Amino acid sequence: MTERPVDPRDRPLEHFVNEEPFDPYSVEAITPEQERFFMASQWKMMWWKLRHHRIAVISGAILLLLYFSILISEFLAPYDLTTRDRRHILAPPQTVHFFHEGKFKGPFVYGYDSKLNLEFLRREYTPNMEKVQKIRFFCRGDQYRFWGLFDASFHLVCPAEGGTLFLLGTDRLGRDMLSRIIYGTRISLTVGLFGITISFLLGITLGGLAGYYGGWVDSAVQRTIEVIRSFPELPLWMALSAALPVTWSPIFIYFGITIILGLIDWTGLARAVRSKLLALREEDFATAAVLLGASPKRVIVRHLLPSFMSHLIASATLSIPAMILAETALSFLGLGLRPPITSWGVLLNEAQNINAVVINPWLMFPVVPVIVTVLALNFFGDGVRDAADPYK
Amino acid sequence: MFNFLIQRILIMIPTLLVISIIVFIIIQLPPGDFLSNQLSELRSQGDTAAIEKIAFLRAQYGLDKPMIEQYAIWLGVWPGADGFAGLLQGDLGHSFEFDLPVNEVVGDRVLLTFIVSFTTIIFTWLVSFPIGVYSATHQYSWGDHTLTFIGFIGLATPNFLLALVLLYFANLWFGTEIGGLMDEQYLDAPWSMAKAGSILAHLWVPVVVIGTSGTAGMIRRLRANLLDELQKQYVVTGRAKGLPPLKLLLKYPLRMSLNPFIADIGNLLPQIISGAAIVSVVLSLPTTGPMLLQALQSQDQFLAGSFLMALAALTVVGMFLSDIALAALDPRIRLGGGTTR
Repeated sequence: MTERPVDPRDRPLEHFVNEEPFDPYSVEAITPEQERFFMASQWKMMWWKLRHHRIAVISGAILLLLYFSILISEFLAPYDLTTRDRRHILAPPQTVHFFHEGKFKGPFVYGYDSKLNLEFLRREYTPNMEKVQKIRFFCRGDQYRFWGLFDASFHLVCPAEGGTLFLLGTDRLGRDMLSRIIYGTRISLTVGLFGITISFLLGITLGGLAGYYGGWVDSAVQRTIEVIRSFPELPLWMALSAALPVTWSPIFIYFGITIILGLIDWTGLARAVRSKLLALREEDFATAAVLLGASPKRVIVRHLLPSFMSHLIASATLSIPAMILAETALSFLGLGLRPPITSWGVLLNEAQNINAVVINPWLMFPVVPVIVTVLALNFFGDGVRDAADPYK
Repeated sequence: MFNFLIQRILIMIPTLLVISIIVFIIIQLPPGDFLSNQLSELRSQGDTAAIEKIAFLRAQYGLDKPMIEQYAIWLGVWPGADGFAGLLQGDLGHSFEFDLPVNEVVGDRVLLTFIVSFTTIIFTWLVSFPIGVYSATHQYSWGDHTLTFIGFIGLATPNFLLALVLLYFANLWFGTEIGGLMDEQYLDAPWSMAKAGSILAHLWVPVVVIGTSGTAGMIRRLRANLLDELQKQYVVTGRAKGLPPLKLLLKYPLRMSLNPFIADIGNLLPQIISGAAIVSVVLSLPTTGPMLLQALQSQDQFLAGSFLMALAALTVVGMFLSDIALAALDPRIRLGGGTTR
């Protein structure tokens, strides 16, 4: 027997042993960025997704500004809500100028000369180039009661001493439209908020009961929703707000209107809650909660609701515009809020006849904030709805 | 199909019944009523003949009876005092403000409301169909963005303001008389071709105004549906097989995405009737809106009740018809046992 030379290919492989201790985590190492992503809560991920929706972010910013403005309406408005300038009735808007006879003067307006046109029986205003009225900033002006708590007279902008500043014109009593619109924001925007709160509570409760219990509770709620939905909303709103007693104080009327708006609006939310609950209550975690002895209320509120809260918020955002428009419509018809409460709809009530469109078009200006708000709420709601399911 | 029909009718009847109860409660809600308001006024004037007449009206329409009995009389299942048969037998009661039977006051108004609503639905369809298809097939194009934006503006502008502005321009450009649904000489004239023509010439302003918000919603839904369909495999297959694009679009995905046109009548109709109510106040159309407002403010209960009931019935019947049409078109709904979800 002779030893054959071993073919190098037949030689056993040299065994490689790594001396270093093995760290299982090193294999699945994730970048800090990934870790941040995996550890993020649902709300955080929604925020990230929402941030990429440019229109929604812009709308959100506008809404934030508007809602912030209602905290300091008195400060932002150049005049008080009820200040009347009898010499400037139905005056057209004054334009802001910067240069007077070629020289920079800072922001100012030209004062008005008025004369009575006896042919049409109305005042006509012409800007007087002599009267240069410089706008003052952070200044003392009309006295007001801040939120009805304490007296103050500090404003963001004021007219010049003895001058006027009607950037959006005046109404038939000589009140500044811009100030009234700023004050109206407070009412118009909160009507939607209070209304949606009521419809939210009703929608979650009734939809939750229907979805969780099913059976006859479900049928009863479903039939109720069908009946309410088959009513044309506006006539129903008209009838209900006509039923508010005339003797009530304006603030009661305000709450009455918000309750009416909420009472009819909850059906959409209830439907959404119901269908989501029907699907979710079959999930394992819901069964587990029931088996552990949780009460129905706890199962719904603690375990089921959070999984679709974001959807609810989106649909709530989307139904605020309808309420704002409804309040505007009702007040416009004279069935909603009444002066001295000032909302955009109450202001538009002045623009009810064709004269407003032809002669005093600036009386229609309150419609601009209505459109802006409704658009912003719609776009923002769309963005939230898209972001509501960040795991998709 | 027959079973489905019966089932829907069986749902419709109790719905209408519940609606009648709600309407009755709502018109009874405000404290006082038209007759007692007038009574105190007349007492102060000492007009005995009128006071007697009011007492007579009260007895005639059962207003001195308990609530439940009043409701039963109004509905027409309980015999009222002589002459008042109730809703179910076609007697709508008496308008105290106009001192006429409600049937006469209502007259053509419900019919005109129907005409306006119907035309608005047609308008909504005609406008939203091409725009929706265009937006979906040209997604994210310049045209899509513009049209979507216009749609949103339409959604956000209060109807009544649009009505005012459009009214002004209609008068400026076409010389259409301001307000109303027909020229003045036809107001009390019997129906004729000329009257119908005059109505058509006036109809477009309210139709456009009421239609805008519904149109915007419809465009968005059609666009979303069509976009979903366009991404499906069968479209890709069709394209791969070399179908011409237009034929491919019309033959398959478009037909699939048409459902909302019918199904949405249920949502559209209450919206249109709501819109019509306020727009017709601004435009002073001879439809139900302005008179409903007036009746509500003066607590003319039979008149207000009849209008609310008529509007609700119009909606319920419209929804019923749309359900039937949908079931006839789409076997999934017909066989799925109802339209829940």
